[in-house]
Amino acid sequence: MTNESAEHILSYGKLVTVWVTLLVLTAATIMVTRVELGVWKVWAALAIASIKSGLVIAFFMHMKYEPRLFRIILFVALFTLAGFIGGTFFDVLYR
Amino acid sequence: MSQETATAEGGFWSDSGKTGIGSWIFSTDHKRIGLMYLYCVLSFFMVGVLLGVLIRLELIAPGPTIVTAQTYNALFTVHGVVMIFLFIIPGIPASFGNLVLPIQLGARDVAFPRVNLFSWWLYVIGAVIVLVSLFTGGGAPDTGWTFYVPFSARTTTNVSLAVFGVFILGFSSILTGINFVTTIHRMRAPGMNWTRIPLFTWSLYATAWVQILATPIIAITLLLVVTERVLGLGLFDPSRGGDPIMFQHMFWIYSHPAVYIMILPGMGVISDIIPVFSRKPIFGYKMIAFSSLAIAAAGSAVWGHHMYTSGMSDLGVMVFSFLTFLVAIPSAIKVFNWVSTMYKGSISLEAPMLFALSFILLFSIGGLSGLILGAASTDIHVHDTHFVVGHFHYVMFGGTGFAFFAAAHYWLPKYFGRRYEEKPAIIGWVLMFIGFNVLYFTMQVLGMEGMPRRYYDYLPEFARLNFVATVGSWIMVAGILIVLWNLWRGLLKGEPFTGNPWGGASLEWSIPTPPPTENFEEDPVVTHGPYDFKGAGVP
Repeated sequence: MTNESAEHILSYGKLVTVWVTLLVLTAATIMVTRVELGVWKVWAALAIASIKSGLVIAFFMHMKYEPRLFRIILFVALFTLAGFIGGTFFDVLYR
Repeated sequence: MSQETATAEGGFWSDSGKTGIGSWIFSTDHKRIGLMYLYCVLSFFMVGVLLGVLIRLELIAPGPTIVTAQTYNALFTVHGVVMIFLFIIPGIPASFGNLVLPIQLGARDVAFPRVNLFSWWLYVIGAVIVLVSLFTGGGAPDTGWTFYVPFSARTTTNVSLAVFGVFILGFSSILTGINFVTTIHRMRAPGMNWTRIPLFTWSLYATAWVQILATPIIAITLLLVVTERVLGLGLFDPSRGGDPIMFQHMFWIYSHPAVYIMILPGMGVISDIIPVFSRKPIFGYKMIAFSSLAIAAAGSAVWGHHMYTSGMSDLGVMVFSFLTFLVAIPSAIKVFNWVSTMYKGSISLEAPMLFALSFILLFSIGGLSGLILGAASTDIHVHDTHFVVGHFHYVMFGGTGFAFFAAAHYWLPKYFGRRYEEKPAIIGWVLMFIGFNVLYFTMQVLGMEGMPRRYYDYLPEFARLNFVATVGSWIMVAGILIVLWNLWRGLLKGEPFTGNPWGGASLEWSIPTPPPTENFEEDPVVTHGPYDFKGAGVP
């Protein structure tokens, strides 16, 4: 497993590209707050945040190159988190 | 792996001749860490029992009796915090899990022994902070163990320090969970496939996932309470745009799954004990194993049933009520399978089995009374009454507490190399069982009659049953003291406990007593299931 990970040392170019994308998305998060989107404002912020965390997890945390078991474990965690957020929002939306 | 009687050599107790406190508090041996957890959780259990007795003494008669109203508020808050965060949550997983899990898998230790030690240290640090919070600042918290806003954000008592202590305890729990998941995935002995893992370890696997996934939510929630108190952010304050119900969501997103952190390991203990004392392989092994995962999964989606009267949306109430009923299915699978295991078995009523049998009855009563609370229509009538207090004590103490004592009587002789006396253990169990029901069944009746929980005083018509409940607490505590005294005396000075007297077929019964430092003299190869008594060669 260690060898498998070691084979995928990311190039500086790729790392910088991901970093710049994260900066752009951060700017997008701020800009979204200035647009009147109503209830969709929260969803937009959550969507951008999800893409950003996805990039960090995939490249900076190397998950794209890890074995399948690790990706399943990550999926379980994300699914659970989505369930927690979904259940809470479900109440707020229909209150 | 030959059967040896290594009591004289002391097994892991001698640990290459190392002695003194340093050989314990800096040890990375999972057995020593398990025992240190055990001593800590038992100490806090006794503190919790004392506080519980004081609560019951205050309620023995209407009006002020032994403490003031403010002290009473602190008593039930600290009783809850100590029992939940310092006893029940780490109780079985961190103590018996550490003692037993690696051996049941055929491993020499957990995957991350140093992280394991670190987790114990975090537990101790968190516990000390919680204890310090009782005597410093504005005094012991008076919010109830749930720390509900807006009161917790405004009270002058020492809530900030107490929740910070709980925050640290959460990290201890997460680290134990990560360690157990990794150990089960990576450290199994050759031949130990997933369907040969003992059901206690299976239950710890499901528990560990809940610890990892749900505990961070309580950590951030409690930090938000601190920021609310210190910085006045208004996150939960409606006058500043906050939402107090959001706190309840976030609190219960952890604290309901935490109920399964508490009960699942108890169910695992029972699943290991029932076949051994029935001399029969477990009935429905796979269903019990998978029902642990199903309970962990379904139990993580039902937190809203604590909030039916909070002002949550009606649709939310209906959905959470429906989901709550789903949890009953895997829970019932376990109960039916335990009973089926005993059917036509050669049942031996020794102390571990008696505690296990009482678990089944008490947990079932707790579970069925839970259905009354899970149904929104009936919950509204008994919400925040003593019915709820009786219900969760049936599940938490009648379930997890009795399973804890079952585990103590079943496994501790293996680790100490000495055994307790059977007669006092049974006398203690009888008193605990009778006292328990007198105390908590009476509470449920009081709740049905309308007595609210957490109230300092009550109407005269509740006086008789409150007196009965308090007498029940004395009987139960007498039983607990006899059981603990008998265990303490027996494990230190009792008859030698050698070989495999219970006739267990899982790996911990195939190694010397007490276990050696690295558990196995040579790496085991597993050739039979954990309940295959013929395969293990035990009669």
